Amino acid sequence: MVVSMDFLRPASLAEALELKAANPDAVPIAGGTDVMVELNFDKRRPAALLDLGRVPELATWRAENGRVRLGATVPYTRIVDELGDVLPGLAMAARTVGSPQIRNRAGVGGNLGSASPAGDAHPPLLATGADVEVASTRGTRTVPIGEFFLGPKRSALAADELVTAVLVPVAAGPQQFAKVGTRNAMVIAVCSFGLALDTTRRTVGTGIGSAGPVPLRAAAAEDFAAEVLPWDEPAANTLTDDTAKEFGELVAAAARPIDDVRGSAAYRRHALAVLARRTLRWAWQDVSGR
Amino acid sequence: MTDEPAPESSAHTRRTVLKSTAAAAAGTVVASHHTSVASAETAHTGGARTRVTLSVNGERHRIAIEPRVTLLDALRDRLGLTGTKKGCDRGECGACTVLADGERIKSCLTLAVMRQGAEITTVEGLTRGDDLHPVQEAFIRHDAFQCGACTPGQIMSAVACIDEGHAGSEAEIREWMSGNLCRCAAYQNIVAAVADAAEEGRR
Amino acid sequence: MSRATTESLTATGGGRVGDSPQRPDGNLKVRGEFAYSSDLWHEDMLWGATLRSPHPHARIRGLDVGPALAVPGVYAVLTHSDVPGENLYGLEHPDQPVLAGDVVRYQGEPVAIVAADHPETARRAAARVRVDYEVLEPVTDAETALRADAPVLHPTNPDGNLVRHVRIRHGDPAPAADVVVSGEYTVGMQDQAFLGPESGLAVPAEDGGVDLYVATQWLHADQRQVARALGLPAERVRLHLAGVGGAFGAREDLSMQVHACMLALRTGKPVKIVYGREESFFGHVHRHPAVLRYEHGATRDGDLVYVRAEMILDGGAYASTTAAVTGNAATLGAGPYRVPNVHVDCYGVYTNNPPCGAMRGFGAVQACFAYESQMDKLAAALGMSEVDVRVRNAVEQGSVMPTGQVVDSAAPVAELLALVRDRPMPPAPSAPYDLRELPGGVSNTTHGEGVVRGVGYGVGVKNVGFSEGFDDYSTARVRLEVVGGEPVASVHTAAAEVGQGLVTLKAQIARTELGVERVVILPPDTSVGSAGSSSASRQSYVTGGAVRAACEEVRAAVLARAGAGAGLAGGKVVSAGGDVLADLVEVLGGEPVERTVEWRHRPTEALDPSTGKGFAHVQYAFAAHRAVVDVDVELGLVRVVELACAQDVGRAMNPDAVLGQIQGGSAQGLGLAVMEEIQVVDGVVRNPSFTDYLIPTVLDMPTMPIDVLEYADPHAPYGLRGVGEPPTLSSTPAIVAAIRAATGRALTRAPVRPEHIVG
Repeated sequence: MVVSMDFLRPASLAEALELKAANPDAVPIAGGTDVMVELNFDKRRPAALLDLGRVPELATWRAENGRVRLGATVPYTRIVDELGDVLPGLAMAARTVGSPQIRNRAGVGGNLGSASPAGDAHPPLLATGADVEVASTRGTRTVPIGEFFLGPKRSALAADELVTAVLVPVAAGPQQFAKVGTRNAMVIAVCSFGLALDTTRRTVGTGIGSAGPVPLRAAAAEDFAAEVLPWDEPAANTLTDDTAKEFGELVAAAARPIDDVRGSAAYRRHALAVLARRTLRWAWQDVSGR
Repeated sequence: MTDEPAPESSAHTRRTVLKSTAAAAAGTVVASHHTSVASAETAHTGGARTRVTLSVNGERHRIAIEPRVTLLDALRDRLGLTGTKKGCDRGECGACTVLADGERIKSCLTLAVMRQGAEITTVEGLTRGDDLHPVQEAFIRHDAFQCGACTPGQIMSAVACIDEGHAGSEAEIREWMSGNLCRCAAYQNIVAAVADAAEEGRR
Repeated sequence: MSRATTESLTATGGGRVGDSPQRPDGNLKVRGEFAYSSDLWHEDMLWGATLRSPHPHARIRGLDVGPALAVPGVYAVLTHSDVPGENLYGLEHPDQPVLAGDVVRYQGEPVAIVAADHPETARRAAARVRVDYEVLEPVTDAETALRADAPVLHPTNPDGNLVRHVRIRHGDPAPAADVVVSGEYTVGMQDQAFLGPESGLAVPAEDGGVDLYVATQWLHADQRQVARALGLPAERVRLHLAGVGGAFGAREDLSMQVHACMLALRTGKPVKIVYGREESFFGHVHRHPAVLRYEHGATRDGDLVYVRAEMILDGGAYASTTAAVTGNAATLGAGPYRVPNVHVDCYGVYTNNPPCGAMRGFGAVQACFAYESQMDKLAAALGMSEVDVRVRNAVEQGSVMPTGQVVDSAAPVAELLALVRDRPMPPAPSAPYDLRELPGGVSNTTHGEGVVRGVGYGVGVKNVGFSEGFDDYSTARVRLEVVGGEPVASVHTAAAEVGQGLVTLKAQIARTELGVERVVILPPDTSVGSAGSSSASRQSYVTGGAVRAACEEVRAAVLARAGAGAGLAGGKVVSAGGDVLADLVEVLGGEPVERTVEWRHRPTEALDPSTGKGFAHVQYAFAAHRAVVDVDVELGLVRVVELACAQDVGRAMNPDAVLGQIQGGSAQGLGLAVMEEIQVVDGVVRNPSFTDYLIPTVLDMPTMPIDVLEYADPHAPYGLRGVGEPPTLSSTPAIVAAIRAATGRALTRAPVRPEHIVG
């Protein structure tokens, strides 16, 4: 149903895609966390808003083929409550998003649509090698998360496309997420780090937030850890300090931070090294505990 | 159901409910109950008005607003429900917390048009006649506010926090009440009030 | 239904001085019916908006309001040439334009104002005012501003960019000491960040004057400045207190007051102005950033021999209360210690940074961070405990302050320190860890790794009330009459209720003095004399004193009418022995008794300009903190685990309110210690939002064990001592000391950022 020229309220995904195709300038809105701030402060005057809050297809998740297909508007509250076992890294990140009120409305689609380097969902999605499902009337495609972010607040989303879901592999090993903020609640990341171990394939995934123009992976760190982790002897004490330290340094080296009001580039690098070292140790303890 | 007339060309020609009285030469100043008017929206904010039906505190209201109007502004400026406060307009203070279908949300981060069909509860909707809601009573009992500007948001958040089952311990209350700032820092008393009201609910 | 702000509050349910009755405004506040200034509405009203300078320093070459006036819905666009009276205001020193004329001196300075029929229209029209700025180099460093070659920002100021220099010269000018420690400390710019941004409603009146409903701290100071700017006699500028959503100093200066009145008078319509959060950061003064250089000398035994200090307070573009802040920092600059030789130079300075003025603690905060950091350094140099070196030097009743003023009531500094020191320590975190109890919280940054506990102490001294010879008074009108067969007292003052609970206290005093149950608190306005500001921890003392004095006069009149009796209690006239002599209802009959009293505390003296000597402060107040922190020393993240406080309040007039003030003041000190700072670069504010100006959440503020001492001050009403500010002083240095203890870092700057800990 189209309520007005400015405010588009599709009741189905098909309708949403048609509206987006017809109104490529329309700004999708669901939880409102980012879009509303831009509207309230007159930073943006979109020709139209596309309310995705009534599109049922976007508001559900299901497991399929070893992955969770997580609808773009499933709120973080539900991710914490329902997906902690299968997507532990994302659930940990979800617990740190905004505040309880915001988590009741916000979902990963908004984080991805905004493509802010500080989005809390991004590091775990990177670490797990998720795919972003985007759709338009032209069809549906998936974009590997690593190719989704093109620059600060720029993504691979075409003007007529919507983020419909993320396809996140079900955890095949321990996952962690850690975020540095200068307050103990309700804080935007100074920097953040997501880690996912796949004990079957013996791989390590990483994701860095708020320390570069886009969310980043630390590929060298991933390769290093996959190579040196003693997968055959998964006891807590088999992860050496040197390994953890080097992993941390490789993560820090992958970051491309700047100085801003929230923190200095040097601090961000330093903190990422610490977070990476610690999360690797926690994850490895979980491996050994299994 | 209240059905407001379509707005006319400017504020000063509109029907108003409150009239001047002889109480002061300048008229009576009251808290807003009814309608400030957004007549300029059409001309300057680039959007046409749309009719929106909001269900607030059990009452349905039909208003004509421009789609970019937040639920918060609609509540305060159009429905005169000024109990819900605007502290930051960007979801960082919690003063505008209301319930939408029982879930707490920040009303500055949602558009009024997006909440059609939802049952909105504001702080004004908690009381039953003159009887305060148990959370409101607990806030008074525990002296859980000073200036009170955050209090409606704290109370709405607390109602939801208890309802969600997140008031089982002090640590849990603190985590789940952390979306509401209190600059007077009545936090210790707020936590006590929430715990007390939750306990009362379990009895 | 919402309530009019001009309605009275009726306090029932009892509660005398020393009790903690429920707030008479509590029911309205929990119902959402308490009408804050932002909630006001008037039929036919317009909305005002303000155009502000984007530049910290610029010459205005031209102004064109035409494009703004052309916007449909706009009723008026006004600039400096429309200011009807004098285009200057200021609390102490009128140097600030209502609307900038030829020059802007800070980012955010108001340049033009607009009234329109919708707030959005007003804002967008304001943005269409064309201002031709010639951008000038801003002066952004206070010490640079004092140099002879610095551009002079206020050419009419005889002292260049110096607002005030306060000298304290006490004792031997060249003392020698066994042990000397020195340090340079800096304090960042803190914001009051009240939850209810500036707002008010101006209603033009038939007499050509205006009624202004506004959230403020001091109605009469606003009235004086507004009338002067409007060119109206004060009696035609009537102010009414609207609901105040927190103040903390930020509402002591004018914000939208004159602007709304100008637009209302010009358009003939009521005009409402409400600032958003971002505008609020530009709409009020902040806490002065400071650089403080200290040298402490002591004997080997730990007795202080001297304190030398140089303090530079950045007052920003306009004076506001910088002179008084400078006076406080200087006179209290040696702290609550006996120091025989003191040499202080304290400078308040103009720059092109945001204007600074009142914030809770008012100059004493900055000094306390420095002198307490020094005391810790001295303890380390002496090999003494931090508490011992403080206790050894603590002032007590009879001690002489560096101004020569003798502390003439209780000063239990040593006892306060011992109380917080002797509190049991909170347990250390232990496995299995609850993330919420670790630094970083649920952000999951540590499971105990890197977490080191630290403990720190702080104690401070704050003056209560206005100092340095200011004629500090309050006015109370009290009426006793029979209403519905019951004796009812009504209390009318102009004192601003800003959350502190003064409405409760006034009713408690009336009940105590007049022996009635029912008390009506009339809304504060300028139809009664000035109450002074709700600041300087002074209202319980000064307005409390005025209410008591008015009650005493009313009581005396009633007793005279009764022809017998020594007091009033339980609605009766009673004898000295408590025997009931007459019923108050009968004595009053149909003739109310009303008295208005202007009440002053004992006078203070100006400081000698060359030595800083003088009886400058009517009362000193003291609080001490012990902070226990867990620091993730690798990430630089801090969790304050516990913040114990001990404070002498003379008399706990309302024990719940006292605790609330101690918690609130301590929390703002915590914010300054670890997170709160307006970041200003080249005169430009980089974080004017609650996304990046962080204030403590419920997860940041720990539980507070509190000891309240009640050593009566014989000079003060009921023996009370001001409460609101002292906890803000000592909380910051205690927390920073605890972080130092955990990290071994010098940490000479507040707030401490993670970079400072790990860097």
